[in-house]
Amino acid sequence: MSDLHTELKKSIIEQLNLEDMEVSEIENDEHLFGDGLGLDSIDALELIVLLEKDYGIKLTDPNQGKEIFNSINTMADFIEKNRTR
Amino acid sequence: MRGVAVTGMGLVSAIGNNIVEAHTSLKNGKEGISLPEILKTGLKDLPVGEIKLSNSDISNILQLPDDHSYTRAALIGTLAIKELLSNSGFDNFPEDTGFISGTSIGGIDKTEEHFHNYKDHPEYRKYIQAQHPGFTTEKIAEYFGLKEVVTTISTACSSSANAIMMGARMIESGKLKRVIVGGSDCLTKFTLNGFNSLKILSDQKSKPFDNDRNGLNLGEAAAYIMLEARELIGDKKILGRVSGFGNANDAFHQTASSENGEGAYLAISQAIKKAKLSASEIDFINAHGTGTRNNDLSESVALKRIFGDTVPDFSSTKAFTGHTLGAAGAVEAIFSLLAIQNAEIYPNLNFNSEMAETGLVPVTEFQKKEIRTVLSNSFGFGGNCTSLIFQKDE
Amino acid sequence: MSKIYINGISSVSPQSEDIYENEIPQTYNENILPAINIDYKSLIKPMMLRRMSKAVKMGLYCSKKALQEAGIADPGAILVGTGQGCMQDTEKFMSNMLESEEGLLSPTSFIQSTHNTVAGQIALDLKCKGHNMTFTQNSASFETALLDTVLLFEDEQVQNILVGGVDETSEEFTGFQKLDGQIKEASINNLDLFASGTSGTIISESAAFFTLSSEKNDSTYAEFKDVQIINKVEKSDLISKIEEFLSRNKLRLADIDAVILGRNGDSRFDHYYEDLQQGLFAEKCQVGFKHLVGDNNSVSSYAFWLASKILKEKRISQIFKLNAVNCNAPRNILIYNQYLGRNHGLILLQSH
Repeated sequence: MSDLHTELKKSIIEQLNLEDMEVSEIENDEHLFGDGLGLDSIDALELIVLLEKDYGIKLTDPNQGKEIFNSINTMADFIEKNRTR
Repeated sequence: MRGVAVTGMGLVSAIGNNIVEAHTSLKNGKEGISLPEILKTGLKDLPVGEIKLSNSDISNILQLPDDHSYTRAALIGTLAIKELLSNSGFDNFPEDTGFISGTSIGGIDKTEEHFHNYKDHPEYRKYIQAQHPGFTTEKIAEYFGLKEVVTTISTACSSSANAIMMGARMIESGKLKRVIVGGSDCLTKFTLNGFNSLKILSDQKSKPFDNDRNGLNLGEAAAYIMLEARELIGDKKILGRVSGFGNANDAFHQTASSENGEGAYLAISQAIKKAKLSASEIDFINAHGTGTRNNDLSESVALKRIFGDTVPDFSSTKAFTGHTLGAAGAVEAIFSLLAIQNAEIYPNLNFNSEMAETGLVPVTEFQKKEIRTVLSNSFGFGGNCTSLIFQKDE
Repeated sequence: MSKIYINGISSVSPQSEDIYENEIPQTYNENILPAINIDYKSLIKPMMLRRMSKAVKMGLYCSKKALQEAGIADPGAILVGTGQGCMQDTEKFMSNMLESEEGLLSPTSFIQSTHNTVAGQIALDLKCKGHNMTFTQNSASFETALLDTVLLFEDEQVQNILVGGVDETSEEFTGFQKLDGQIKEASINNLDLFASGTSGTIISESAAFFTLSSEKNDSTYAEFKDVQIINKVEKSDLISKIEEFLSRNKLRLADIDAVILGRNGDSRFDHYYEDLQQGLFAEKCQVGFKHLVGDNNSVSSYAFWLASKILKEKRISQIFKLNAVNCNAPRNILIYNQYLGRNHGLILLQSH
């Protein structure tokens, strides 16, 4: 597991107030939304803010999020390719 | 005659400081969307529907003492009710007049202005209570000496529609004989930044119901109408009647509307039932139509569910005024009453192409047309959906 | 109109609900009183709970308890009174906005800052599509929710209504209330509230929710008769307002067995109550509650909870009593409350 994956899990737990959750409990390929972690559309907005704040990536169309936020893996891939910081 | 009589009204918005000005703007298709000038914000590039009167301008018009503690929502609210007073046939409101005001954020403008000042500057502490909406309502009430039933409804963007509904129910039940209902909300950094964080503000003029709509413009306004019981009316001119209303909850999401428009569907159905009408008797719909992807689609779906393939003439007037949040329901109540009185339909501005999903086309040009029955929709965060029906007095 | 029965009640406040029975109070030596800790997870899913402010948690928890007790799953309407609304999220979004000078902001606290967040969240949780309203008029907020209750039952469209009052505290905003004199300057013990003799009061967070129904059942506490709000009244006119209120409910003063008064230890405004205590209500059993649960804009919902308990148990718990007058088997209870001399509320309950 890369540092980015761990870093992402930590910030998701913190940013989305997943208080009772440990980094080790989130699988890299687990769905973040729906039947996986169970995040919802308000979380999606928070993740958009996270991308911009931590990695300098600005999503113009909130619908883009659907694919990017599929799992920790897809998020990490997207960040690697597009990060400006 | 069914319904509760409307016997006075007053309005301040980005398209005019009184009803005559607003009416002229509506007829001429002249919107009031501009970049913020009075509101001091870092979000300078977002168009808004701003009332181009500063707080001190309005304080002067109202002849308030220098040390007053009126919030901006209280200032514009008072200005609107001053107009209502002048056309409702009273010199002063009788003591038993009730007052039910809707607002989403009340006096938050003062909280954000003085948040860091309260500690070291005692002179601003008079605004500490402004954080809660009831304070703004009481300031307006004080100006007119209203002392009895004074209360506030805060259900986000349906607040003033709900105030109108509650007022009508109070009259119907006989608990009040006369009540001023409506709402007031001003532009604030709080709401502008809030809606911006939700990514539902357009950086252009909003395009309600357009296929390429990309968000709303915030606005500010105060709008109030007077409702009176039958026995008080005498030979007073009746401007129209509130004959139907319904409130339902979408129970779907904290901010977004459901795909099938369930809450809206239920609210509209209830309002039509309450007015003892059939859907085909609705002549015109003043839609909520904020210009966001989500609202306009959800509302369109609800309209199709109610009206099938014969959706009546409809338009959203939010491209004129911006979305005035808690005041929107009352602003559009007045537009509905103007449509009835003047036999007119006001256009849905900035519309180019119909939504792919529903193919609904709003009225895009000013029209003269006999209007007897108007449905007006107001939907808010927390799934709060309200529909009102206004009818011609006949 | 049908009668309105109180069939389920629940409160969260600085005191445990057991206080009515065991009379063991929590004491506080600060002037801002938190609600006691509750195991919210017992009724609210952790994924939902994680974003909820105190007001939403308290409101939803009490709602579920009050509905459970009445055996109702889906009320026809949800009515909430909250004077200050979701202050914690409002404060959070505002602080972030001011600190970042309108920079990049996360939307969650904005979404949850709207005053109708509690009512909306309850609807979402219960999947309740009925009439949903939030009233926010200072100390008359819960009373306005009761007024809407009466209107809805008059319409006879609904059989059960969930109604409640909820207010939370937040660090900065509640702190401001010290600066403008709403909260007492010197810290006091809450049990000394009525003897404090100083201006200001003690501010708390609380929620109390009720299932009101048109039919009686086994859990019925009492009947809710009527409510009146008065924004401003000269003290000299208060008595006639109370008498009008009673007479419209076909009651005489002699019919009232106990009065629950919103005394809050504010030397500037407690005379509204003191005059009644020494005058109109001198012979009545007088009950107080703010020495135990503090004051806030919707704390009259706690008085409604208390009146429900009194009428069900047919006795008045000593710890709430303000005078020595006894009352066996109370039948009619009047609640009177105001804040800073404004937003007066009268509520009438009767044994069923």
